[in-house]
Amino acid sequence: MKLLIKGGTVVDCDGEKKADILVEDGKIVKIAAGINEDCKTLDASGKHVLPGLIDMHVHLREPGFEGKEDIQSGASAAVAGGFTQICCMPNTNPVCDNAVVVTYIKTRAAAVGKCKVHPIGAITRGEQGEALSDIGKMKEAGAVALSDDGKSVANSHIMRLAMEYANGFGLKCLCHCEDKDLVDGGVVNEGYNSTLTGLKGSIRAAEDIMIAREIALSESLNIPVHICHVSTYSGVELIRSAKSRGVKVTAESCPHYFILTDDIITGYDTNTKVNPPIREDIDRRAIIEGLKDGSIDVIVTDHAPHALKDKQVEYNLAASGISGIETSFALSYTYLVKAGVLTLPQLVRKMSARPAEILGLDGGDLREGGVADITVVDLGAKYTIDPSEFISKGKNTPFGGTEVYGKVCATVVDGDIKFGA
Amino acid sequence: MLSEKDLLGLKNLKAAEIEEILSRAEEMKRALVAKKIKKTLDGKTLVVLFYENSTRTRTSFELAGKYLGANVVNISVATSSVQKGETLIDTGKTLDAMKVDFFAIRHQMAGAPALLAKNVKASVINGGDGMHEHPTQALLDMLTLKEKFGRIAGLKVAILGDIKHSRVALSNLFGLKKLGAEVVMYAPATMIPAELEKFGAKIAKSREEALDGADGVMGLRIQLERQNGGLFPSLGEYSRFYGIKRELLKYAKPNAVIMHPGPVNRGVELPPELIDGAQSAIEEQVTSGVAVRMAVLQMLSEYKGVRK
Repeated sequence: MKLLIKGGTVVDCDGEKKADILVEDGKIVKIAAGINEDCKTLDASGKHVLPGLIDMHVHLREPGFEGKEDIQSGASAAVAGGFTQICCMPNTNPVCDNAVVVTYIKTRAAAVGKCKVHPIGAITRGEQGEALSDIGKMKEAGAVALSDDGKSVANSHIMRLAMEYANGFGLKCLCHCEDKDLVDGGVVNEGYNSTLTGLKGSIRAAEDIMIAREIALSESLNIPVHICHVSTYSGVELIRSAKSRGVKVTAESCPHYFILTDDIITGYDTNTKVNPPIREDIDRRAIIEGLKDGSIDVIVTDHAPHALKDKQVEYNLAASGISGIETSFALSYTYLVKAGVLTLPQLVRKMSARPAEILGLDGGDLREGGVADITVVDLGAKYTIDPSEFISKGKNTPFGGTEVYGKVCATVVDGDIKFGA
Repeated sequence: MLSEKDLLGLKNLKAAEIEEILSRAEEMKRALVAKKIKKTLDGKTLVVLFYENSTRTRTSFELAGKYLGANVVNISVATSSVQKGETLIDTGKTLDAMKVDFFAIRHQMAGAPALLAKNVKASVINGGDGMHEHPTQALLDMLTLKEKFGRIAGLKVAILGDIKHSRVALSNLFGLKKLGAEVVMYAPATMIPAELEKFGAKIAKSREEALDGADGVMGLRIQLERQNGGLFPSLGEYSRFYGIKRELLKYAKPNAVIMHPGPVNRGVELPPELIDGAQSAIEEQVTSGVAVRMAVLQMLSEYKGVRK
């Protein structure tokens, strides 16, 4: 099976050039100008051709919460969002803390046949923070990383053991940073707007303390660690300073943290409820600065789909999370590249090459002999985000009505067109 | 005239609207005291929907409705049923379909009245939501001050107690500032919410400073269960360092009024001799409360704008 992607501008981490890409049997066989081949051809003229996007932080909800999302809808939404590979968090029911659930997810994803789905195993059994999961067996079954996402491993000693043990299998811990005692039931950022709305605030220190702890463990043990969805300016600074002295820490953030501020909570719209909470402009600007100087390596979505009923309640009772996988590229392109913060190759690096490097995944680049995971986008296409058009079951986004640039035209996974064209 | 269908807080009211509510409430209070109230809400229905315990506010809403001739239905919902039973939106829509005209809602979660208001045609009055607002309480406090001093502008009001967890403090702050009063607050730092000064409050460094030249002195209830949460070490210590004492009253104006939204922990926020003393307006506040709620019901019934 051959596929020719013709007439586009090929972008990778190094730059952009006009070139055609010839794909055969799931691999890129040739990148050059003026390739002519009698085979299925994808017309990319006027479009940009990127290495397949990779989202290392999504929630697919299956098994257990199929009312919110399942692997079919989630993976279909992912390819619509331009993603060729996604990593799904283990907070399902049952929790993905054993090889059986890892295998189930991989089997379902293969049957669905959209993008590649890499399960992330729980660090501790049941995400209870007490006993280690069967880390080796999960690795064997295909888990690419470990996380107790949704919470931190509260016990620092258990976290130390987890990092040491996981490192023996070459797995990284992806750390959701939150000191539960300090959060104390807070649902929004603690500041002017928490006082204004009467909603209970969560102080930045609740996140920063855990970021600092993970960095301290990483530094003491000389084991790499990855910080999930950084939302505070002070957290960015902790990571920047750790990196500058050589600590093996990497970090991610999400579009809602570098675009929005907590001014949007004042109408009690539950689609603005997310954990960690959307914070203030000082944080938003620091995250942009962190993306720019490399303190923040990766852009993820933390795609957290929920059913309508989970959000149509009082703010305190509403589920946390934003359905983000179908808006991530356009939002990032609009608010980072068009805004002059990052170049397109830099953005592509944060949405493809870096996650591949951090997790050791095949992909993240466009090269002859490499895997044919390719995303074709129309950067000139302007449109308004309409959640009712989402393929994801989760329509929960605060970005409804936002005008963006950058439409995903086609998503190619292992040489097969899985979306568009 | 009120520009909105609901009364959710004082934050979004204009000064002129607050002033009109207060002057209407003064008329209502005269009629109430004279027991000569016109049944202007005959045929209207008020649902008092309380998700939190309350005697004072619930009864006050109920009587305000009844005095004006409205039908009043009381619904007390146990806290737990919020999560396991019908959602707030469904409860609201169900009652709305029974052609209710007003809801007075109290809820332990901030924003619940706003959520209800968005989903019903009836007018919604916030009877206290979480740590957010309690507009009718602040209005009755302001009515009490206005009756005593003839104005709000230029008054200094000291508020002492658990500001952070108090919806009364925030509504008073919004309302008093809009009408030109000065608001000074004092509490342990664990009971001061984030960035309070940005809302126009002055935070005093001592009780003496808070009370200095005050026209109104308001104590806020200390939730006894918060002691276990570590917000303060003991009631004795609270009273010793943060309570309003008789000997401190000399710093306030000689004719200052003492207020409290109740129920009072006697000897904690205020000593009994101040609660029952000549300067106390605590009972007057209760009467003002019924009058204010009558005025609010009356004015919302005159709302001519769009309903949903």
